[in-house]
Amino acid sequence: MSSLALAPETVDPTPTDWAGAEMRARIRRRYGAERLFKLIGLTAILISAGFLAFLLVTMVGNGARGFTQSEVRLDVDFPRSSLFLDPAALRGFGAAQALAGADFERVVNEAATAQYGQSGPSLFSQGARLRLRDAVRDDPDLLSGRSTIWLPAATAIDIAAKSSGTAAAETAYDRLAAVEAIRTGLNWSFLTGADSTDPTLVGIWGAFKGSLLTMIVTIVLAFPIGVLSAVYLEEYALRNRWTDIIEVSINNLAAVPSIIFGLLGLAVFLNFMHLPRSAPLVGGLTLALMTMPVIVIAGRNAIKSVPPSIRDAALGVGASRVQVVFHHVLPLALPGILTGTIIGMARALGETAPLLMIGMRAFIAAPPGGLSEPATALPVQIFLWSDEVSRGFVEKTSAAIIVLLAFLLAMNGLAIYLRNRFETRW
Amino acid sequence: MSIAFIALLVAGLGLIAWVSARARAAAFAGGGGARTRAHSRPSQHGWYVALWTVVPALLFLAIWNNAAGHLIYASVLASPEAAALPGFGLQRATILNEAYALATGASTTAFNREAFALAPVYARAISFYNMIGLAVALLSAFAAGAWAFSRVSPAFRARTRVERVVMAVLLTASSIAILTTLGIVLSLLFESLRFFSMVSPVEFLFGLNWSPQMAIRADQAGSSGAFGAIPLFWGTIFIGAIIAMIVAIPLGLMSAIYLTQYASARVRRWMKPLLEILAGVPTVVYGYFAALTVAPAIRDLGLKLGIAASTESALAAGLVMGIMIIPFVSSMADDSLAAVPQAMRDGSLAMGATTSETIKKVLVPAALPGVVGGVLLAVSRAIGETMIVVMAAGLAANLTLNPFDSVTTVTTQIVQLLTGDQEFDSPKTLAAFALGLVLFLVTLALNIVALRVVKKYREAYE
Repeated sequence: MSSLALAPETVDPTPTDWAGAEMRARIRRRYGAERLFKLIGLTAILISAGFLAFLLVTMVGNGARGFTQSEVRLDVDFPRSSLFLDPAALRGFGAAQALAGADFERVVNEAATAQYGQSGPSLFSQGARLRLRDAVRDDPDLLSGRSTIWLPAATAIDIAAKSSGTAAAETAYDRLAAVEAIRTGLNWSFLTGADSTDPTLVGIWGAFKGSLLTMIVTIVLAFPIGVLSAVYLEEYALRNRWTDIIEVSINNLAAVPSIIFGLLGLAVFLNFMHLPRSAPLVGGLTLALMTMPVIVIAGRNAIKSVPPSIRDAALGVGASRVQVVFHHVLPLALPGILTGTIIGMARALGETAPLLMIGMRAFIAAPPGGLSEPATALPVQIFLWSDEVSRGFVEKTSAAIIVLLAFLLAMNGLAIYLRNRFETRW
Repeated sequence: MSIAFIALLVAGLGLIAWVSARARAAAFAGGGGARTRAHSRPSQHGWYVALWTVVPALLFLAIWNNAAGHLIYASVLASPEAAALPGFGLQRATILNEAYALATGASTTAFNREAFALAPVYARAISFYNMIGLAVALLSAFAAGAWAFSRVSPAFRARTRVERVVMAVLLTASSIAILTTLGIVLSLLFESLRFFSMVSPVEFLFGLNWSPQMAIRADQAGSSGAFGAIPLFWGTIFIGAIIAMIVAIPLGLMSAIYLTQYASARVRRWMKPLLEILAGVPTVVYGYFAALTVAPAIRDLGLKLGIAASTESALAAGLVMGIMIIPFVSSMADDSLAAVPQAMRDGSLAMGATTSETIKKVLVPAALPGVVGGVLLAVSRAIGETMIVVMAAGLAANLTLNPFDSVTTVTTQIVQLLTGDQEFDSPKTLAAFALGLVLFLVTLALNIVALRVVKKYREAYE
């Protein structure tokens, strides 16, 4: 009793004067601190969201121009040019050889000099001759007369046409624009081509196809293994040491840095099993090992959320334990599992470091034809282009990033849709 | 006729076996009364027979796929045409490879004349051994399938057997995680041991000088290679654990506090996924952003302040990495704050404390273990992050405290050492695996500690 009772002299008997100036000031101070704290929280959120917005705006601002390409008009008088090609030679056997032997670069240079003066050839991209060659191949009749062809502009002119380039390029552009010899249009070859050394000729399709092939290998391996592991751990595993080891392994694998998986792929798949370097097969295997734990963890959560009453009911009508899972639990957990799988795949799609380790950073000028052919992937392509010195690659890199982000956004959107549409709250 | 085609054929047989066994089982399952009621369902009989048809044949094909190559090679070498081959050496291997390419139709021309002579021999041997493979595979499929089919009867316990196979498959699938972990540990350990047989572990772990370039020729001057990894460890900690955390902890924690304690349900519903987008942006995009936008801005800032700033400053990489980490910190803090019992919050508010006083004096101290665990996880994530530092941090191994200076990290060096020409017995390449091992062990330790902290804290309130 005495220990609980306060000594009377330590308690001030006068009630607090809440209306007094001192207390009002104190409350004001406390409320001020409250408002300040709330403001700091709001600022933190806005700064984070601001970074995201700034990142996206920078990328879109730089990248939108990457989808367009300036072209310069070139009048070529084929019969008078130094190109000794017979239209008939391009129709029959040996057309490819005839085209390969023809010096289109000289034709472009001559025609450009004739039309735009001494500096004419520098207006055109290195790849203009290839475009001209393709045009001739598609329509050999061009050779019999004079024709006007639009060819890709050189990088400096291209930049001047879209934004502000160097002073020399700007004057050249103004001269071209005055005679309506330059136009800027959608760059189809960016969406259909593969890597190149010339920024005006690069395309994203090669890397995109490499990514698709890699993702196919990844999902074919990671999805069944991940789902079956999740089923085993959640439904059948006995509480013993082996199960503990499996669980610890999976939880650790989910947190291992991705570059370590690259080292594993390099040591095991390339140096030990001698699988082909730079191939989507090896990339897919490596990413599958990385994605599997994500699918297992998502799968376990989805299976866990199926109420036990469903299992009991199935067991009650005579189903075996395998039938309970495969006929009832798994179908009910599938939306959750799929959501987790898509999120894991989206992570794998954006992953770069492991693919660098297994050599998917090579310069590949043609889209891969199969799983064991050298390929590169979308994020690796972004990394490679970001290293290029030429200024033309800046917008191409950002354009590739837009493609990658759009794809990721679509995958995440699908995951959210699946979750909202099919997920049951028990 | 390739192995893949034979495998497809076997799979087709399996389908036929499934259909016929199922039909047979359905016949006795449907017809009889209680006396002839079957133990297993028709489809389970189907699976039983199909498994017996397919599995032994595929197992044989898997072995045959490896063995046939050696057998074909041996029979080609034993043929009279092979007598004309030059002795051992590169030439011989080239001719054999070309002959193989000709025989399989992979190419139509060859540099060596002998290859044309060998090609038909090769083709004959390939078709001969493939025919053997086909015959044995089909025979085993038929034999095993027929035997299994003969066992289909009402009393036969097909279900038990099929389910035993299912359980074995499940166990195998879940063991792959262990195999992967084992593969990581063994491959890192094996290559690291080779590295440490050339460079002493003490020099590696405590040396202050990092310059992995090896002399190409023995008589070449300079660059003999120094593998002191302390500058790399410092760079990794400086970028990932110091600069990134200075950005991520206040922003992440305050975001979580605002979202859980102040924001309306609508704001929360929109802002939370928005923050998670930050975690979903591929790191290569952050790296590009850091190198293209942030690094030049920081250099200009340094120039204005009169500091000589590098274009590859630690600050640029750390800053962008911090932004990337914000959602990790914020979601862990979010979970921890939500796990604090409502009674504690209500009690504090009832005593007259303002919301911010409740947060600062009650919620955050109570949630601290969870927040610390989240920060540790974020650090482990940051030091293992590769692309941002590869693209935005430098290659110079400096021991410096100046954030405007350039430092290099463990992951940057791994990428640097393993790209380009590789020879797997030089310490330069093997050093990457030693660095990988250190990275693996450190992230593992951080994760284990973090999970333990979080778990203990959860138990305290449950």
